Order: sequence, then structure tokens, then C-alpha cells
Amino acid sequence: MICADGVSFAYGRTEVLREAGLTARPGQVLGLIGPNGSGKTTLLRTLYASLKPSQGTVLLDGTDLRKVPTREAATKLAVVVQEHGGDMPLLVSEMVMLGRTPHLAAFQRATDRDAAIAADALARVGVSHLAGRPFVGLSGGEKQRVLLARALAQQAEHLLLDEPTNHLDIRYQHEILDLVRSLGITAVVVLHDLNLAARYCHELVLLKQGRVVAAGTPDEVLVPEVLEPVYEVEVRRVDVDGELHLLFRPQHSFCAPALQEIA
Amino acid sequence: MTLAAAQSAPAGPPPPGQDGDVLGLRRLRRRFVACLAGLGALLVLTLIAGVGAGAVAIGPGTVASVVGHHLVGFPGERTWSLSQDAIVWEVRLPRVLLGALVGAGLAVCGAAMQAMVRNMLADPYLLGVNSGASSGAAGAILFGFGAGFGEYALQGTAFLGALAASALVFLVARSSGRVTSVRLLLAGVAVGYALYALTSFLIFASDSAEGSRSVLFWLLGSLGLATWNGPLAVVAVVVLLTLGLLTLWGRRLDALAIGDDTALSLGVSPAAFRTRLLLLVSLCVGVLVAASGSIGFVGLVVPHFARRVIGAAHARALPVAALLGAVFLVWADIAARVVLQPQELPIGIVTALVGAPFLLILVRRLHTPGV
Repeated sequence: MICADGVSFAYGRTEVLREAGLTARPGQVLGLIGPNGSGKTTLLRTLYASLKPSQGTVLLDGTDLRKVPTREAATKLAVVVQEHGGDMPLLVSEMVMLGRTPHLAAFQRATDRDAAIAADALARVGVSHLAGRPFVGLSGGEKQRVLLARALAQQAEHLLLDEPTNHLDIRYQHEILDLVRSLGITAVVVLHDLNLAARYCHELVLLKQGRVVAAGTPDEVLVPEVLEPVYEVEVRRVDVDGELHLLFRPQHSFCAPALQEIA
Repeated sequence: MTLAAAQSAPAGPPPPGQDGDVLGLRRLRRRFVACLAGLGALLVLTLIAGVGAGAVAIGPGTVASVVGHHLVGFPGERTWSLSQDAIVWEVRLPRVLLGALVGAGLAVCGAAMQAMVRNMLADPYLLGVNSGASSGAAGAILFGFGAGFGEYALQGTAFLGALAASALVFLVARSSGRVTSVRLLLAGVAVGYALYALTSFLIFASDSAEGSRSVLFWLLGSLGLATWNGPLAVVAVVVLLTLGLLTLWGRRLDALAIGDDTALSLGVSPAAFRTRLLLLVSLCVGVLVAASGSIGFVGLVVPHFARRVIGAAHARALPVAALLGAVFLVWADIAARVVLQPQELPIGIVTALVGAPFLLILVRRLHTPGV
């Protein structure tokens, strides 16, 4: 369980988060949504102590994150971030084995058991066949899966993901999120696509200018009255086979007459 | 993909058909051991060649006998001349050993710097260590600084200069509490230029032409100061310690080389680890530069070469880089002694002549998608 309460953060004098909070319940996928610059990624980064909030607290299983040693935190909390390590031609197998780092003392060698855990993680995201390939040579979707496998190899009960569907085609977007949801662990996911958020998240937190403006189930948060003022677009919600879908139109559209015609 | 399978660590037998080598990690390990053995043998041959080569050529058999005689008292009977004995034991062996140690140290520190600042053009001198050492050495040679160090005035002053420079770089890069790679790069460049200017000024202000010439020679690197003395022992201890520690920190270096947030999420505090690395690397490079001047290109090129040979994981790349660096520098020293006999070339000229084309080849073959 991850619980952030009254978290504020500023880059220099620019306030990015204002008393934001969230509660990610055990086994649930929580989606962080909001327009560009609303503070989603900043809030996520405070959840793994990459940024220290100027106010407020982050609790990891009830313990203040500031009091959890870095290595211990990494055994409880895995993060999928968009860092690909530039020039380092690490093999996929080595990349995934790095997920065992928090479980090994600095001078301890990885055992066969660690290798088996890493191999299992690769198999679960369906990329075992890539084990011997250089990580830098993979496609965006393959990289994303390998990073997820590395996070799984950490065997943490909490998973944080920063826009894991970026640069992926539609099929992989769904596959990655389906996988995250099927893990049954506590996850916090930053997402842009509200329809993906609707389908794969148990709960949503909607941010605007660093503040939480709505929180609850997708059914509660993804309604036109909430979304329209935040995103400044016209939103229509339709239910197809019992699943909610959102349709968007620009608010001050040039083709306003055409819209009226349809209405 | 069931939840039960997801939550439990696999304890059962490994999948068949891979002889238990999940992920091919054992195969990587075997390749690494084979590589170490091969390079180790190559290093021994290189050392023998390095001791044998020079104005007076001495055969490998004689070299082995002299070394055996001094080390373990075998062969007990001396069948070679006293001058051969002195050349091998007193002059060339310490020099060749110093070359191997400096080459290994520079390669390992270069690899660590490249990981630390995530820039493949980083080298061990990035911290301004060599400019600081050069200023110190110039002061010692031209103005007699560091007379208190006695016969080690040059090395002592150069080492102090190196430490002062890296402390300055570190303080500048740390200005807001955290050392980031970009700030480190810029601080290193700035301090480096400032101290380069200081060294030039010292040369300019001195009226000793002979002194200026020895400063220049020292700036380009030389193994000529090597004898069986304290500094050689210090270099040996520091290089082996640095190699050992950095290799054991291999996984953390991998994580840091990917990114600060990745390191953090894998339980490695990037700020604290970077500080420790900086201390270790600046100590090691300071010792190396004090002993041999600033020999360029080894720390820049050899790590890339090692990664091509054995892959990027630091636990394997660092020992391979150390061996490659040792072999490379001893051969460079042989060339420096032999090419213009009886004149001796500064070794830095040789490493740059050989290193630059290597670097160009590596850059052309570099695997960078999307660029």
C-alpha cells in the first residue's frame, strides 16, 4: 500500500504539486491522469523518493518513505522509468538481472536462483527469446517489456510506471497494461490515454495544476462534468458492451455549426 | 500466466535443453574466464618483451632467469653479465611494471568515469586531475616546490596538485547539494582549463629552458622515473585496490550508467555512490599521474575496446579493460623506447598516435540506433 498525503513540490520557485495525495490499495492498479504539466510524473517521482516533497508525507506500507533505506525500499517498490542507458550495450539478460540488485549485498554474486527469477520475469512478459540480444537494439515495445521484466525480477509488491504505453502501438499498449493488471500487485501508473485508464485501472486520480481535482473509480472520475473543465475539450461518454469509452472534440471548434447539426 | 506463478519464485528444475544455463549467464561467465586467461598470458609475454626490448636487447630466456634469480633464487648460478642483471632488474623491470599498472589503472578509471557521467567521451582526466598534477609538477621542476618531499618532490607535489584539482571540481559540481553528471562534466572542463593556464604561466614565468623541456616531457607522460621504490609500491596497491573495488561494484556501476532514477529504483543512491566513486577515482588517477605524468587516450579508448570484447557489464568489462590497458601501455612504452633510438619519445605521443585511430574506428562502428 502506498499512501501520499498533502504532498507539495516546487522546481525552484515553480510550484508543481500542491497538497496532492493518493492511496494505492493492495493489489489495485491506480491511474494518475491529467493534462500535460499537471504534475503526474512529479507526484510519481515523490513516491520512490526521486524527489523529496517540500511538504507532506509518502507512506510505504505505513512507514514514512524518508525512513526506509534506499536498498530496502527497492525490495518493496519497483519502478519502470524511461531511461535506456544510452551507449551501454548491456544484454537483455544482464538488464533483467539488474533487477536482483536490491536483493544482493554490494559484494555478493548473483546465484542460480537469481538467474531463475530473472528468467521467469522475462518469460512472464513474453520476451524470453530476446535474452541474448543487446538492449539498445530492441524496438520500443520490446524495451518497455524488458524494463517491466526487470521490475518484476525485483519481486517487489509495489510497481510504479511512468507512461509505460509511450511510443507503443495500440496492441502493445493494451498488452502492457493488461500484464500490469494481471500481476495482482499494487501499481501506480501515469497514463495519458483516458480510455486505457478506464479499462485497466481500478482507481483514478485526476490532477490539474498540481492539485487533485477528482479521485475514485473510473466510472466516477471519467464523466464529462469532471473532465471538460480539466482538459478543456468536449467529452462524450458512451457505453459499449458495458465498457465505458470516451470521445473527444475541441471545445471552441471551427466546425461548431457541424457539431450542432449532429446534436 | 497465473497469479500463483507470478508470486512464487521458481524453485523447480531449470527448463530442459539449456543444461541449466538460464539466460546464458554461465556461458558469458565461461567466456569471461577464457578471456581473462588469454589476456593474462598475453600480459606475461608482453612484460617479458618489454623487459627484453631497448637499446641493449636481452633474450626472453635471460629475462626469465634474471627475474627468477631475484624473486625465488632460481636459477641460483648467475650465467649472465652484471650489466644485463642491472638492466633487467634495476632499470627495465620496474619501468615495465609501472607501465602495466598505470595502463590498467587508467583503463579502469576511464571506464568508471564513463559510467559515472554517462558519456562515452569521458576519460580519467575529466576531473581536472591531470591539469592539477601538471601544475604541481611544473612548480616542482621549475621553482623547486615541494622540497619537503625530498627525493619524491615531483611525485609529491603532483599528487597534491591532483587532489586539489579534483576537490575543486567536486566542490563546484556539488554546489547545490547533489553531484549531477552534467555539472561534473562542465566543472571538470572549467577547472582543467584554468589549471592548464596556470601550468603555461609557470613555464612562461621561468627562465630555465632545460626546466621547461622537462615539464613538457612530463606533461606528455613518461615511465622513466620508475625504480624499486615507495611510489611504485603505492601505485601497485592503489591500482589493485581500485580495480578490486570497482569490479565488486560492477552491478551498481551498470545501474548508475543507465540513469539516476534507475539506480535509485534498484536500491543504489546515485548521489552517495557517485561521491564514493569520485573519491576513489581521483585518488587513483592522482597517484598514477604523479608517478607517470598524464598519459592520454588509454583511459578513453581501452574501456570501449574492453566492452566490445566482453560486453558492457562492469563486473566483466573492468578486469578485461585492466588487462588490455596494461598490455597496451607496455607496448606503447616499448615503441617509445625503440622507434627513435637512442632518443626516447614521450609515451603520450605514442598512445595518442595509436589511440586516436582506434577511437575513430570505434566511433564509426558505434551501435547507436536513431542517430
